[in-house]
Amino acid sequence: MSIQLEHIHYTYSAGTAYEKHALKDVSLEIPQGQFAGVIGHTGSGKSTLIQHLNGLLKATSGKFYYNGEDVYAEKYNMKNLRSQVGLVFQYPEHQLFEVDVFTDVCFGPKNQGLSSAECEERAKEALELVGLPEKYYRQSPFELSGGQKRRAAIAGVLAMRPKVLVLDEPTAGLDPRGRDDILEQVAHLHRQTGMTVILVSHSMEDIARYVERIVVMNRGEKMLDGTPKEVFAHYRELEQVGLAAPQVTYIMHDLKERGWNIRTDATTVEEAAEEIIRGMKHSYD
Amino acid sequence: MEMIQARELVYEYEKRDDEGNVIGMSRAIDGIDVDVQPGQFVAILGHNGSGKSTLAKHMNAILVPSGGTMWVNGRDTKDPRELMQIRQSAGMVFQNPDNQIIGTVVEEDVGFGPENLGVPTEEIWLRVEESLRSVGMLEYRTHSPNKLSGGQKQRVAIAGVLAMEPQCIVLDEPTAMLDPNGRKEVIRTVMELRRKKQVTVILITHYMEEVIDADQVYVMDGGRIVMKGTPREIFSQVEELKKYRLDVPQVTMLAEELRRRGVQIPRGILRKEELLEALCRFN
Repeated sequence: MSIQLEHIHYTYSAGTAYEKHALKDVSLEIPQGQFAGVIGHTGSGKSTLIQHLNGLLKATSGKFYYNGEDVYAEKYNMKNLRSQVGLVFQYPEHQLFEVDVFTDVCFGPKNQGLSSAECEERAKEALELVGLPEKYYRQSPFELSGGQKRRAAIAGVLAMRPKVLVLDEPTAGLDPRGRDDILEQVAHLHRQTGMTVILVSHSMEDIARYVERIVVMNRGEKMLDGTPKEVFAHYRELEQVGLAAPQVTYIMHDLKERGWNIRTDATTVEEAAEEIIRGMKHSYD
Repeated sequence: MEMIQARELVYEYEKRDDEGNVIGMSRAIDGIDVDVQPGQFVAILGHNGSGKSTLAKHMNAILVPSGGTMWVNGRDTKDPRELMQIRQSAGMVFQNPDNQIIGTVVEEDVGFGPENLGVPTEEIWLRVEESLRSVGMLEYRTHSPNKLSGGQKQRVAIAGVLAMEPQCIVLDEPTAMLDPNGRKEVIRTVMELRRKKQVTVILITHYMEEVIDADQVYVMDGGRIVMKGTPREIFSQVEELKKYRLDVPQVTMLAEELRRRGVQIPRGILRKEELLEALCRFN
């Protein structure tokens, strides 16, 4: 059970003056159940990449296997792929449209041809998973707060019970608490359902805190791929391509430079605090 | 004279049902006092729906108060005769760069504001050039805006405001849709304008790192100003901020975490250098 991309190339507007190679030779395997992050500055190809994952874009060349099946084979059922890989776009609340939250969340499963009883069961399950209380079910989605709207929109994708959930900057524009709430909910979802989660984000702090693996995109190529610790160790290279490491990583490096005997691979506040305290004790000995 | 002043500012709007009947009033701003001196940098924080944007829209008379008074450069925003003057003294930059660029060529977009103000053509060209230079976008003057990055578009939007030669710029989450590089670009541009042209800056943001250089920080909740002070005063109160759905810069968070674990570090650390210095006293 996995997503497997082999030597994917993608060219926009091929053969015209606007021809652009958005993806160049990207190979990637994401096993079922992984919580992966994708980072890269605007125009690095990360959105193009994730749109391949549910077949919205088809590679100009290269292979894509989902659970071992060749997605680009002629007889492959794209509908199946789309129901298994749920894609949550940026500002997904702009896609809410139904009269109330519950009906909106039912839309996906209804399109999959499920009975209304099943749709309702799925909707209820999805709304519970995103932590939206029942009192909102019959409200117009447009009356909800920004964070709640976004949860409702994510529930709309979850109601299709995808095996893979791809989120394109799910926290953009939310206040700090709203950001934490959504990410906590996604992490919880990941633990509870074992689904694969692929998170695209501009916040290195968020990425460092939640994911087990980071894929760094730059100019359409996969530049780095590893655990947060491995990837953020390359903080200078990241800076050169318009990215950065979390603030705490810089603090660790600076302390080391000032002669502290500490490890520099902390990427979260908790890890950094622990290592700094260890470093202090160490020098008292 | 204050650049921006508000006394007991109230803004109410009608809530309507599906048929458009009024079903009650909603209060977005609930009795606010604001004093911003010329040249100051004031940051406004608050969760989604706390009233920040509504307040910002009062600062160039997009909205007029239901109660109390708002003065911009001494002019009452309720007086329709002052409207042009107010819009000229306080320019506004919004969140989404794609919603505020109208020209098909960068320089045309930047010239739109002064042209509307009736500035003579020759002067417009001077202003366009000067504004684009200030935001570091002069080399893009003949480009099409839709081929620019988000950060570049926001800088063009800022240049468009600058071309009207305002004394004050109000930025409503100008970096919310940008990547880390774009965010840095925009904030650096704004800070430079402040230094070189003494423009008053009002910045609304969800990014705590962007406000550490502010003279004053206002925290809004439920249409009121619930905290007010220097960044150091505000960010010393981690628990209080969490109550209002906000947080603190990651450096401040780390300092707080170390304090919680018994390391004697002063409160209200905002910058990496401050933390390094405090820590190096121990080793």
